[in-house]
Amino acid sequence: MIMETNVYSKSITAWGAEHPETVVLSADLGTSCEIMEFKKNYPDRYFSLGIAEQNMIGWAAGLAREGFLPYLHSFGVFLYRRVLDQVEMSVAYGNLPVGLVGFVPGLTTPGGVSHQSTNDIGTLRSVPNMRIYSIADATDIEGFLPMAYEAGGPFYVRMFRKSVPRLFPANEPIQFNHARIAAEGSDVALFTENIATEEGLKAVKVLQNHGVSVQMLSVSTLKPFTDPQVVDALKKAKYGAVTYENHNIIGGLGTCVAEVMAENGIGKPLIKVGVDDLYTHGASKMFLLKKYNVDAMSCIKAVEKLIGKDLGIEESEIEAVRFEDFNGVA
Amino acid sequence: MAKKTYTNEEIQRTANKIRKQVLKFAIERGGCYITQTNSSAEILATLYLDVMNLGDSLGDPDGIPFPGVPGPDNMDFPRGSLYNGPTQAPYDRFFLSPAHYACTLYCTLFAVGRVSETGIERFNKDGWIFEQIGAEHSPGFETTAGSLAQTISVACGHAHARKLKGEEGTIWCFMSDGELEEGQLWEAIQAAAFYKLDNFVLVCDINGQQIEGPTKEIMNTQPLYDRFTAFGAKTVEIDGHDIQAIKDACRTAHPGQPLVVLCNTKPTHGMPFLDHRTERLHFVNVKTPEQIAEAKAFYDSME
Ligand SMILES: Cc1ncc(C[n+]2csc(CCOP(=O)(O)OP(=O)(O)O)c2C)c(N)n1
Ligand SMILES: [Mg+2]
Repeated sequence: MIMETNVYSKSITAWGAEHPETVVLSADLGTSCEIMEFKKNYPDRYFSLGIAEQNMIGWAAGLAREGFLPYLHSFGVFLYRRVLDQVEMSVAYGNLPVGLVGFVPGLTTPGGVSHQSTNDIGTLRSVPNMRIYSIADATDIEGFLPMAYEAGGPFYVRMFRKSVPRLFPANEPIQFNHARIAAEGSDVALFTENIATEEGLKAVKVLQNHGVSVQMLSVSTLKPFTDPQVVDALKKAKYGAVTYENHNIIGGLGTCVAEVMAENGIGKPLIKVGVDDLYTHGASKMFLLKKYNVDAMSCIKAVEKLIGKDLGIEESEIEAVRFEDFNGVA
Repeated sequence: MAKKTYTNEEIQRTANKIRKQVLKFAIERGGCYITQTNSSAEILATLYLDVMNLGDSLGDPDGIPFPGVPGPDNMDFPRGSLYNGPTQAPYDRFFLSPAHYACTLYCTLFAVGRVSETGIERFNKDGWIFEQIGAEHSPGFETTAGSLAQTISVACGHAHARKLKGEEGTIWCFMSDGELEEGQLWEAIQAAAFYKLDNFVLVCDINGQQIEGPTKEIMNTQPLYDRFTAFGAKTVEIDGHDIQAIKDACRTAHPGQPLVVLCNTKPTHGMPFLDHRTERLHFVNVKTPEQIAEAKAFYDSME
C-alpha cells in the first residue's frame, strides 16, 4: 500500500492559490493540522485566533458574510463540542460557507476522551444546513476542497494528516453524496467511513478468501445521506448489512444506514460496528481499536454473525493482507 | 502528626528530580513535554512540599490498569485525586488544568514519594492510568481536563461548595498561559470575584509559549496583572523559579477575593542545553543523534 504525506497541506495551499478569498484560521494547532505551508505562502491570509475556539467560530461567520471563505483548523473535537452553540447560531443558521476541518478523528489520537471526536457526526447531523464529510484516503483528500466548495454551505470534515494511505485511484476523485464502491458482492452490504475503510478493505479481502461476497461502500458524505447506491446495496445483500465506523454506533454511519433501511422498508438485519456508546480513553490507535472492538476482526465477526457462520478466521490472516496498489474495484 | 517542613534547598532538589525523570523519558522515548516541566518544576514542588495542606497519598504507588470511565456501573473506581490524599475538608484540593502537563505532574508525585519507581515507568503505557493527557482516573488529577481551561470552573464550584457548607481548606488550581486565551477562564474569575471565593487560588505558569510559538505572537494576553486585578482578583506576579517567592506569594492575604499567582517562568530553565534550539518547543523531540547525545550528556551531569 502506498502511503502519502502532506496531502492536505498541498491541497489547501493549492486551493489558496486558486481562490484568493480563502482564509485559514487556527486555534494554536496549526502546526498539528498541516497549514504551516499555507501560512508560508499566504502569511496575510493565515490568522491565529489563539486558544479561543468559540470566538473563532463567530469570527469566521463575520468573515464569511463579508465574502471570504474561511477554513478553520483544529482537532475535530474542538470544532464541534465546546463550540456547538456558536456553530449553530453564528454559522449553520446563516448557511454560511465556513469549513470546519477536524483532524485526528475518533480513536486516531492517544489524547484520551477530551481529544477523541467519537460523536461529531451524531452531534452535527442534527444541525440543519450542516454538510458532514469523512475522509478515507489520500485521493479523498485531494478532491475534497473543490467538492465541498461545489456543495456549498457550512461543512465539518473528519480529516487525516501525516502518513495517509492511498486506497483509491488518484484519478477518481471523491464525489459529493456518492459513496465509493470498494468491493462488489451480494452476501453482505458493508458500509465504512474514515479509518474503517482501510480496516474494512482488509476484512473484505479475508472474507473473500473464505468465500463470503461483500458489497463494500466507502461513504464520504454523511450528511446529506441520500445516495441511491446505499439502497441498491441494501437490496442486493442476501443476509443484511454491517456498518463500520470510527465513531459511536449511535448517531453516525450506522444510524444513517438504519434510517435508510427503515424509510425504504428494507427488512434485513443490520449490525453496527463502532464505539459502543462509551466514553473512551487514551492509548495507541491499534490498542484502542482492539479494546473498543473497532478493528478489522470486529468487522469480520459482525459479518460472521450476520451470515450465521463461524469462519474461524485468525488475526494472522488479517495481518497477511497486503494491499497491492489499488486498481479500481477489487 | 505535625506536617514535615522542607527547606528551600530540599524543594529545589525535588524540582531537579522532576526534571531529571522527565528528561529520562524524553531520552528513552524520543521526546517528551520537557519545557512544561522546566517552567513548572519549582511551582509544583513548592505547592506539594510546602504550600498545600494535603494528607498522605491514598493511591496505589505503582499505579493501576485503567479502571474504566464513569458510568452507571462504575462510580466507585479509584480516582486520580487519591494521590493527593483525602479530598474532604479541612484538607486542600489541587486541580491541574493543562492536561498535557500530566507527565510533569506524575513526575512530581514520584519526586515527592506519592508514586513509586514501578509506577512512574508506567507513564504513557497502553492500558495504564498514567496517560499522556491525564483524566480524572490519572494520578494527581481531579478532572477530565484535556479540553483547556475547563477545570477552573469545576474547581471554583468546589470552592463555592465549601463556602456554602462552611468548610475550611483551600482549592488550588494550576493553569498554563496558553489556556488564559479561553473565554471560560475569564468567566470563572469574574464569578469567583462575584462570590468572593477567598478559599480559591489560581497559580499560573507564564512560560511565554504555546504550541504555535511565543504566546505574545499567537494571541497576546498581557498585561495579565492588570487584567486579573480588573476582574476582581487579588493578583501577585513573581519569578516562578524562586521557591521563597512562590511560598510567600501563595500566602498572600486575600480576604473576600480569589487570589491569582502569576509565575513568570522560562521553558528551558534548568536545562540550558535546550537554549540553542530555535524550533517550537511545546513538545521537545529527542530524536536525532545530536539531540540524543546532548540530552544524555546533560542527564549524566544532573545530580
Ligand atoms: C480547548 C482546547 N483547544 C486546544 C487544545 C490543544 N492544545 C493542547 S496544549 C495547547 C497549548 C496550550 O498552551 P500552553 O499550555 O501555554 O503551552 P505550553 O506552554 O505547554 O507550550 C493546545 C492548543 C486543547 N487541548 N484544548
Ligand atoms: Mg505556555
